[in-house]
Amino acid sequence: MTDLVERDVAAVTPSPSPSTAPKSRLRSEAFARRLRARHAAERRFRLAGAAAVALAALILVLLLGSIVAKGASAFLEARIRLEVTLDPAEVADRNYTALLRRALYAQFPQVTDRAGRRVLNDLLSSGAPYEIEAMVAKTPALAGTTQTIWVRADDQIDQLVKGAYRRDLPESERGISDAKVAAADALLASAALAQGFNTTLFTAGDSREPEQAGIGGAIVGSLLTLLVTMALSVPTGIAAAVYLEEFAPKNRWTDLIEVNINNLAAVPSIIFGLLGLAVFLGFFGMPRSAPLVGGLVMALMTLPVIIIASRVALKAVPPSVREAALGIGASPLQTVLHHVLPLALPGILTGTIIGMARALGETAPLLMIGMVAFVVDIPHGLTDSATVLPVQIYMWADSPERAFTERTSAAILILLGVLILLNGAAVILRKVFERRW
Amino acid sequence: MSIQNPLKLRPHTDDRPGQRPGAALPNKMTARGVTVFYGAKQALKGIDLDIRENRVLALIGPSGCGKSTFLRCLNRMNETIEGCRVEGRIALDGEDVYGKAVDAVQLRARVGMVFQKPNPFPKSIYDNVAYGPRIHGLASGRDELDEVVQTSLKRAGLWAEVKDRLREPGTSLSGGQQQRLCIARAIAVSPEVILMDEPCSALDPIATAHIEELIDELRANYTIVIVTHNMQQAARVSQRTAFFHLGEMVECDDTEEIFTNPRDERTQGYITGRYG
Repeated sequence: MTDLVERDVAAVTPSPSPSTAPKSRLRSEAFARRLRARHAAERRFRLAGAAAVALAALILVLLLGSIVAKGASAFLEARIRLEVTLDPAEVADRNYTALLRRALYAQFPQVTDRAGRRVLNDLLSSGAPYEIEAMVAKTPALAGTTQTIWVRADDQIDQLVKGAYRRDLPESERGISDAKVAAADALLASAALAQGFNTTLFTAGDSREPEQAGIGGAIVGSLLTLLVTMALSVPTGIAAAVYLEEFAPKNRWTDLIEVNINNLAAVPSIIFGLLGLAVFLGFFGMPRSAPLVGGLVMALMTLPVIIIASRVALKAVPPSVREAALGIGASPLQTVLHHVLPLALPGILTGTIIGMARALGETAPLLMIGMVAFVVDIPHGLTDSATVLPVQIYMWADSPERAFTERTSAAILILLGVLILLNGAAVILRKVFERRW
Repeated sequence: MSIQNPLKLRPHTDDRPGQRPGAALPNKMTARGVTVFYGAKQALKGIDLDIRENRVLALIGPSGCGKSTFLRCLNRMNETIEGCRVEGRIALDGEDVYGKAVDAVQLRARVGMVFQKPNPFPKSIYDNVAYGPRIHGLASGRDELDEVVQTSLKRAGLWAEVKDRLREPGTSLSGGQQQRLCIARAIAVSPEVILMDEPCSALDPIATAHIEELIDELRANYTIVIVTHNMQQAARVSQRTAFFHLGEMVECDDTEEIFTNPRDERTQGYITGRYG
């Protein structure tokens, strides 16, 4: 026993002062030099890290800045003020174009020839008559009265007001005729041409006329596609992850499955599009350009991402939690549902949102299943023809009209906004679920 | 060779006079030829051991000797470890716990466990204790559940400290309180046997003293098996002690005998601190 006591004492009391040799080595000039070098290396490393972050931030600011600079003007649209007399006979005939033109000619009494009037006709958007039609359809009592109405201007006038055309260039190089510029200037001078908030951009479907084109259809298409993706891939992905992580035996088959899932996550997305084309369209005969098929393809694409993220989240739950539950007689399923899954949920949610965000921004697989179509109508169901935000951006970027340039940037801004909203939702969900513990 | 009561063994006041402590008590659990493999590695070599009812059995021995492995065989927690194989027979009240008729879920309710590191669920103190009774359907109605929680916390000596903060998370308690919460959680399902795997190794001496007192009190209602690295603790809380070494059970006897008059050289070497 004395043995034991002595050992304990020896362990607790500090050992006698160390010999002088190592002490002096720690105080030597060479050691001080090495110490300085070590600190210098640390400073260099920190500086490099800070520089990298600064560079990344700068590039991000440049990128965002250029998109905002190009796209901000698309949130405004040029409108022309007209005193429209809603002649009941013309209203009954739905001849709104004539009504509008008559009102416009009244503002330019000096223009009487055909060519001059054609220039005036081109000042208005070809969609302007439909605005009047919608207005009259809403309140039929307007027929017979004279109304001051702001109608949409043509995209060239819109761009001219926004300063997209260079007035100092000769007519042949400018892209807009002198006559139109003069007419627009006259309208501006009488305050009959002004800019207002562009609601068309958010509510309309696609159009060949830039001033009538909007991303409403693409947003609905994206939401429908994402809905299908989420409904399929989230439950399947989480269930697969839970089974593989918590229940599956570790053998050659599960190893094989794991390797394949990891490989699938790295497969280029267009391959999933080809698969969708061959299987869903070719074999099952599903409709082309439909959010249903797009969602199915996206679900296949995001499934491995969700499975991998969920498995990582499940793996991060400390084994002591499982032991505690099993130790008082919880069944394996109860252990997972009551304890492991709630703890892993924030991580699983993060992975899911990342997968969804990727699906939202994906274009390539959708090109293969025909979602690159020109769709004017806003889709109302899963099998309607539809397009999605990134595809819409891709198509607008390809259009020659000057006004589509700013709309492309604006659509990118809106897509970014949706992504930020999604990520914000993820952060909030994380907080909500973490607070429960 | 005899060693004079160096660990200040307390006499067991509740044992019948003139009898070796615990000698005539029935066996709650018996192990015969228990052999465990982790993959190809053999962790236990044919352990024979009797666990007596309402007694504390301490398992001591150097690290890696298989005492925790043996403990985990008793409630089949070893089954959760990949590649673990158990041979031999372990009986609870005469029934083979590895038999086809025995369900691991039911067994673990009857043979509770307290782990080395306090592992309360990340839920409220109340929910921690109530979880077992809830999943096993042991309490009908809110009032009965409240009572089970209160009784369990009282038995674990934690009630006075937490009665006003039952809704706070169990993880907000101190280490020693957390371990007593885990004990309360284990006894809330009224198990017959409680297994404790080094329950005090993560605690300070004051918290340890608390738990040790608690173990002594719990003995009246439960059979307890405790794994410990601390020989003083084994001497203080147990009536019987088994010494494990390299996967073998070297000897098992009354605690007093083991610490004062060990029969095996290895036991003597270990308890006198020559190795381990």
